Amino acid sequence: MTDLTQTQVRERIAARLASRHRKEKLFRGLGIASIAFGVLAVLVLFTDIISKGASAFVQTDIQLQVTYDPAELGIEQVDEESLAWANFDGVIRAALRERFPDVSGRRDKRELYSLVSNGAGFELRERLQNHPELLGKSETLWFNADDDVDTYVKSLSKSEDGFLGRTSEQKAQWILTLRESGELKKRFNTTFFTNGDSREPEQAGIRAALVGSLFTLLVTLVLSFPIGVAAAIYLEEFAPKNRWTDLIEVNINNLAAVPSIVFGLLGLAIFINFFELPRSAPLVGGLVLTLMTLPTIIISSRASLKSVPPSIREAAMGMGASRMQVVLHHVLPLAMPGMLTGAIIGMAQALGETAPLLMIGMVAFIVDVPHGVTDPSTVLPVQIFLWADSPERAFVERTSAAIMVLLAVLITMNTCAVWLRKKLERRW
Amino acid sequence: MQTPTLFALLLLLILVAYGTGFSRALGAARSRGGIRSLASLPSYYGVHTALWCGLPALIILGLWLVFDDAIIRTLVMGGIVDKPESLSGQNLLYAQIQNMASGNLVGEATPQLTAAAEHLNSLRHGGQWLQTALILILSVGLGAYALLKVSPEMRAREKVEKVLRAILLMCACAAIFTTVGILMSVLFESVRFFQAVPVTEFLFGLHWSPQMALRADQVGSSGAFGAVPLFTGTLMVSAIAMLVAVPVGLMSAIYLAEYAGNRVRAFAKPLIEILAGVPTVVYGFFAALTVAPFVRELAQSVGLEASSESALAAGLVMGVMIIPFVSSLSDDVINAVPQSLRDGALGLGSTKSETVRKVVIPAALPGIVGGVLLAVSRAIGETMIVVMAAGLAANLTANPLESVTTVTVQIVTLLVGDQEFDSPKTLAAFALGLMLFISTLILNFIALHVVKKYREQYD
Repeated sequence: MTDLTQTQVRERIAARLASRHRKEKLFRGLGIASIAFGVLAVLVLFTDIISKGASAFVQTDIQLQVTYDPAELGIEQVDEESLAWANFDGVIRAALRERFPDVSGRRDKRELYSLVSNGAGFELRERLQNHPELLGKSETLWFNADDDVDTYVKSLSKSEDGFLGRTSEQKAQWILTLRESGELKKRFNTTFFTNGDSREPEQAGIRAALVGSLFTLLVTLVLSFPIGVAAAIYLEEFAPKNRWTDLIEVNINNLAAVPSIVFGLLGLAIFINFFELPRSAPLVGGLVLTLMTLPTIIISSRASLKSVPPSIREAAMGMGASRMQVVLHHVLPLAMPGMLTGAIIGMAQALGETAPLLMIGMVAFIVDVPHGVTDPSTVLPVQIFLWADSPERAFVERTSAAIMVLLAVLITMNTCAVWLRKKLERRW
Repeated sequence: MQTPTLFALLLLLILVAYGTGFSRALGAARSRGGIRSLASLPSYYGVHTALWCGLPALIILGLWLVFDDAIIRTLVMGGIVDKPESLSGQNLLYAQIQNMASGNLVGEATPQLTAAAEHLNSLRHGGQWLQTALILILSVGLGAYALLKVSPEMRAREKVEKVLRAILLMCACAAIFTTVGILMSVLFESVRFFQAVPVTEFLFGLHWSPQMALRADQVGSSGAFGAVPLFTGTLMVSAIAMLVAVPVGLMSAIYLAEYAGNRVRAFAKPLIEILAGVPTVVYGFFAALTVAPFVRELAQSVGLEASSESALAAGLVMGVMIIPFVSSLSDDVINAVPQSLRDGALGLGSTKSETVRKVVIPAALPGIVGGVLLAVSRAIGETMIVVMAAGLAANLTANPLESVTTVTVQIVTLLVGDQEFDSPKTLAAFALGLMLFISTLILNFIALHVVKKYREQYD
């Protein structure tokens, strides 16, 4: 043992002090960098999605002077049968030819016709169906532009040249002419909210997916909330301390961490193959999501039951209430706000879930808005997945826009949960 | 009667039962000198009657709906003399019979098919009648029985509470049923898969290409089910994710718990937790369209060849997704370390970072390890990011810039779309699911055990 004098000790400490302080600074810097990385990731993610998707809320329209020429339509009067056969595309084409009379040649003409979305014919049919007196007359109407035109027009506002993509020089020239004369306009994209899925980006919308999500969540909520609350009440208020109860608890904790895709396998093997429930239906989706969100709801419901002070139970018990009455009449109403908050968070989780729904066939191409829980349908996240796979460039912005809608709904739900907790929470 | 109508009628009956039980109890009490002579409140007599009236009928109705189709199918198929051997052939035949029974004729109608369709229709019709009669008799009969038993001495509350308690217990057991359901669904199909493909080939085979022959004489389509490339791919993507998530998550948790002031904490914590609420499909889109091209360009700028579906891009984004998970779990355990330990270290003259590194982290280590294990199990089971951003080809490689595939990606690709349920191709997905379930189960089990054990130390 060497004996150190006090000065020697001081010197040794002083010698290392600088490096220790450097390390301290470094450690702190690492902490700040980590926080900054996390915050940066959030910002990059959101700006990326918003910058890609914001333009999808605007749609380009083209103005055309259409003539409901009976000869072109190939009908004599307006009735159900003739409308079904009438050549509305021909009317649109005639209008385009009239607008650009000097276009000739098959290829050029085809190019010209592709200015307008091929859903325009359906719009025209609907118009004539509602106003039969228009037959033989002409009027000026706005039609959805094709997605390539839309992409080009939108890119024009960003740079001089614009993004041509599949658009030819000649077509771009027509577009510029139309734009100059005010026959092109941008409007809020209502189609995006009123239509179902479509192969044509300009006609694709999220309505069917939204309704499908709504049905699926409804099934999930109706099943998982009562079952979850009942399970929480049993485990928190009645369960004896024995191996059976332990088994249940271990199971709940484990299920909370099982990958969601495994629940999809369960849904496929049990609900679809064994019970032969319909594929692609919100009913099955809701069942699978119920099993998935149950652990979340049980855990949060138990936490809010736990936070009700024992004095409430003792007071009720002292008045002669049975244990069931204590729970149902006193503890449960006091714990309800916390349970509702947990349920909303569980629902938000279920709303964003994709993988298990792929397993049970909710990836089908659904154009029609579903009318019930057994109709084939898709949900918003799956719709996003499907669009993300589509090659058309115009689907990129629609995918981002659908993500924005999904995130907006999720943020609203979570804000509601926080607000509800603040508003109804009681401090004991 | 159609099932929904029957259900509505049953609900109506239950309401009526409640009302009559309630008023009968009141009536019985009146002659004995008021409500005090009743053993329970009148509403409990009402609920008691309603339970007798509704519960058994509802259970029978539920069972009926579940087994109805299977029983009818067995009866119809049993009546057919020369039915096809294979399951898919039988399915086809039954679908034909069903179509015919509902009036849409597909293909030619042999007398045998017509007979079977008629048989099916008559069974369905009879079943409907039987169902209606059974349910109504059961509900009215038991309701009446319970009504007769209403008397001031009957302890209705105890009986009702017993039933309620049983219902609560059943709900609590839903978790067990789910686990059993998962196990059964993956186990049965996996056993069928392992009958076709040996377990050793699946676990140790180095080649994965699950294409099965459409015809017996097709060339080069035997199908290979060696899952090692999938396991290594999964491990690589998860490892990249953990390399991002663990340092960042842990350091931000330490900073928030030990250094940050209240204002920074109130601002940064919820912001980072937003990452946990973003759906995985959004991360997948972000990874595929933004991060993957970025990684590719970055690699090319330093002269490396990178795939556009590189493991690195998927892993990075997955890591970002897991950051809040690691950080909030670590935050909890770091905050659970008693203040006295920190005070002691600081009092001995150590700096704040030394306190954290030498005292707080070692004390919180079991909890942190548990959290990291949970995060690993989440990374292994994560699906959408890898489906959208990682590749489909099963490469056995250690280069993170190449494209790899994972267990979850293969499950999705094998099961999405049309499937035949007796080909090893679809059954392989269930074997992969079994692997996934077992590995995450083990990880979760260890993690929960470690976390629980640690908590007991300081509470």
